[in-house]
Amino acid sequence: MEPLLAVAIGTLFAAAIYMMLRRSIVKLVIGLMLLSNAANLLIFATAGLTRGAPPLVPEGLTAPEGVVADPLPQALVLTAIVIAFGVLSFAVVLVRRAWEIVRADDLDRMKETDT
Amino acid sequence: MQLAVLGGFVVAALVPLLHQWFGTRTARVLALLPAAIAAWLLAQWPVIAAGETLWLEWAWVPGLDITLTFLIDGLAWLFAMLISVIGTLVLLYAGDYLHGHRDLPRFLVVITAFMMSMLGLVLADNLVALFVFWELTSITSYLLIGFNHTDLAARKSAQQGLFVTVGGGLALLAGFAMLALAGDSWSLAELTTQGEALKAHALYTPLLICVLLGAFTKSAQFPFHFWLPNAMAAPTPVSAYLHSATMVKAGVYLLARLHPALGGTEPWVITLSLVGALTMATGAFLAIQHTNVKKLLAYSTVMALGTLTMLLGIGSEYALTAFVVFLLAHSLYKGALFMVAGILDHEAGTKDVTAMGGLRHLMPRTALVAAVAALSLAGLPPLLGFLGKELMLEAVLGASHYRGVILLLAFVAAFLTLAVAAIVALRPFFGPVRETPRVPHEAPAGMLVGPALLATLSLLFGLVPGLLDPLVDATLAGLGVPEAETHLALWHGINLPLLLSLASLALGGLVARRWDRLRGQLARLEPLMARGPEAGYEALMAGMVRLAEWQTRFLQNGYIRNYLVMTLLVLVGLVGHALLVRHTPSLSFALDVYLHEAMVAGLMVAGAVAACVMRSRLAAVAAVGVMGFSIALTFVLFSAPDLAITQLLVETLTVILLVLVLFRLPRFATLSTPAERLRDLAVAGLSGGLVTLLMLAVLSGERLPRISDYMVANSQPLGHGHNIVNVILVDFRALDTLGEMFVLALAAIGVYAMLRFHAEAYEARDAANTRRSDDG
Repeated sequence: MEPLLAVAIGTLFAAAIYMMLRRSIVKLVIGLMLLSNAANLLIFATAGLTRGAPPLVPEGLTAPEGVVADPLPQALVLTAIVIAFGVLSFAVVLVRRAWEIVRADDLDRMKETDT
Repeated sequence: MQLAVLGGFVVAALVPLLHQWFGTRTARVLALLPAAIAAWLLAQWPVIAAGETLWLEWAWVPGLDITLTFLIDGLAWLFAMLISVIGTLVLLYAGDYLHGHRDLPRFLVVITAFMMSMLGLVLADNLVALFVFWELTSITSYLLIGFNHTDLAARKSAQQGLFVTVGGGLALLAGFAMLALAGDSWSLAELTTQGEALKAHALYTPLLICVLLGAFTKSAQFPFHFWLPNAMAAPTPVSAYLHSATMVKAGVYLLARLHPALGGTEPWVITLSLVGALTMATGAFLAIQHTNVKKLLAYSTVMALGTLTMLLGIGSEYALTAFVVFLLAHSLYKGALFMVAGILDHEAGTKDVTAMGGLRHLMPRTALVAAVAALSLAGLPPLLGFLGKELMLEAVLGASHYRGVILLLAFVAAFLTLAVAAIVALRPFFGPVRETPRVPHEAPAGMLVGPALLATLSLLFGLVPGLLDPLVDATLAGLGVPEAETHLALWHGINLPLLLSLASLALGGLVARRWDRLRGQLARLEPLMARGPEAGYEALMAGMVRLAEWQTRFLQNGYIRNYLVMTLLVLVGLVGHALLVRHTPSLSFALDVYLHEAMVAGLMVAGAVAACVMRSRLAAVAAVGVMGFSIALTFVLFSAPDLAITQLLVETLTVILLVLVLFRLPRFATLSTPAERLRDLAVAGLSGGLVTLLMLAVLSGERLPRISDYMVANSQPLGHGHNIVNVILVDFRALDTLGEMFVLALAAIGVYAMLRFHAEAYEARDAANTRRSDDG
């Protein structure tokens, strides 16, 4: 599954970068969303994928029996998902404020400091 | 001694504190430091006079074999003595000159630091240490030239001095590196013993060029001479100290120090003697065009530095003797004359020699000091300057290369210098009394003691030159002439140098008499002067500014996508190159994929691509949602229930947030041309491909032991939790979670503030502005 996912993640990155290169500011935000999702998935998948063995300790035992999925990348990605959401909501509101004040959707026109 | 020098820097830092205790007497207290160093040096004299070298070793960076070794032989002793004695006098002088000046403590801090850097420079044995002190003198002198930092001219001069000397310093660093490579040692003492090997080395020519560039810029040799007269923007004590007795002598010192190692070859002799002679004549010629007493003296310093360089170039024992005597004579009279210039400025309120006259009635002592020092500058008997000039002319007559050219230039310099001396000493003090901006009166004792002592020394050494014999011998030993037996005498009989001196006296007197008319004629040369090396410097600086502007416009253009494209392409180029050349990822993988997994991955990709091509905002957001939920499904399929839950929650919230805000946002517009889109697509494709390749490379690589094994084993026993991911988040890596909470809180505050701060506030302000401008 990993090679297939590698291709999928590559496509996600390509889509994210393409959107971030657009001049429209809303597309930039969408690019940001794609990018954070792609990065999370990359971290998750490079650690290796394990089917049907979540990192849980069964009731009554002190350690899981057999091999379980690596819990550390999962913890990292969990933190990353939440932070990405925080950044995204900040970015969305920022874009809205910028639009209200500048009334320009075009990043090239936002370049000047005194529009 | 190292302690004294390094401690001196500490003392410099403590000056503001001293100033609080001693007030206006700080300068006098501070003068004790160089005085103590001078006394210590004097105590070492018997050892030095015996021709021995003092070694003071102190490991500095043992790992890199850099030691702060001080080497005191005759040459270093002479320079160190000049620095500390004139330093003492200058500090005493500055205390009165800047009496009551608001920034006196700042001045004292920098000049003390400068003094210590200069001492370190002449005493250091290690090339690296020498270079560090060399650059320190550049930096401290920058601060001193720009002391009046509210004055634009002072700032520009300071910058010019810094650029020229530090630019030369860069060349010097390269030269030192090559020197160390060629001689296989960083120690000057060792390098000077292997002169033959160095001169035969393949690196000799490039290293000579670099070292000479460093020395010439520092010592204001033609064509770098222009910064020195401009540096006269500094307060006069600084000019007296840095630009006559010390800083500019650093280059000369370096040349003298390296003379045994590098000197005597044809390139050395020709370059040094020609550049030196040219600098001599240029300095003297430019001097007589100025009426500002400090500029007159500054250009005559350029002339003196040229003389010293030329003498080192000629390099015969006679020339080296002349070098030592001339160096000493110049430091004594030039220090004295600059201090006199400062007294004139301080008491009469002008630096223009044509605006002063008859001051000898009002300041007889200053006039006497000025007369003695100027006689030495003019090279008239019975002063030390005469001795220096006679020896110099004698040495020139014995030059091995280009004797005629050098002699002509030296002669021109000699009679023009005589004219300068006459102008400086006669104009302000003799003739009819003139009105000056301030009513002049005799200078305070603190300002007179320095020049008086220096002038007295000029006279004493001139009358009894035998006193200098042992010093000259000891210095010559440092210059590579061991066991010299010098016998200096004032009277050498009637010979060619004496005749030349007489001729220069006549011509110089003539120039001084006709000076006013001559200046008018020289002023016509102005357009020619405007094309001098200084214009070249200005053009270079302007060019650099233009280059910076261009590259800023090109690289820092403010378009986010240009930054992105550039960063990504560099990344793809570097990482991709390393990946393909060093670590070709194997593309043979066992594909164990179930159909439902492949479908989820397909859905994910479809969502992402759809988000890019949708023309409607809502559809794009929905497509992003599809991708997000497919990712959540992937998490479910591959044993990450916690991630799946979080992803689902966050994805739902995101979609809701976007939909809420979306209708307040502009519609999608097509802003780019098809060509631009194609370019962006290429960049995006390359970057995406790189990520895929990277991931494949990681997967095909060797697995390292997992650090999470510890967490898996200890989650229940230590963390008392059955969900290992949760235990990691709140226990093993709780600090990460704390940081995450901070980020979220910050984002929440930001969002709240932006939503509260309504656009109406802006509109109200704009309306108010319009009203105000209407009223106005």
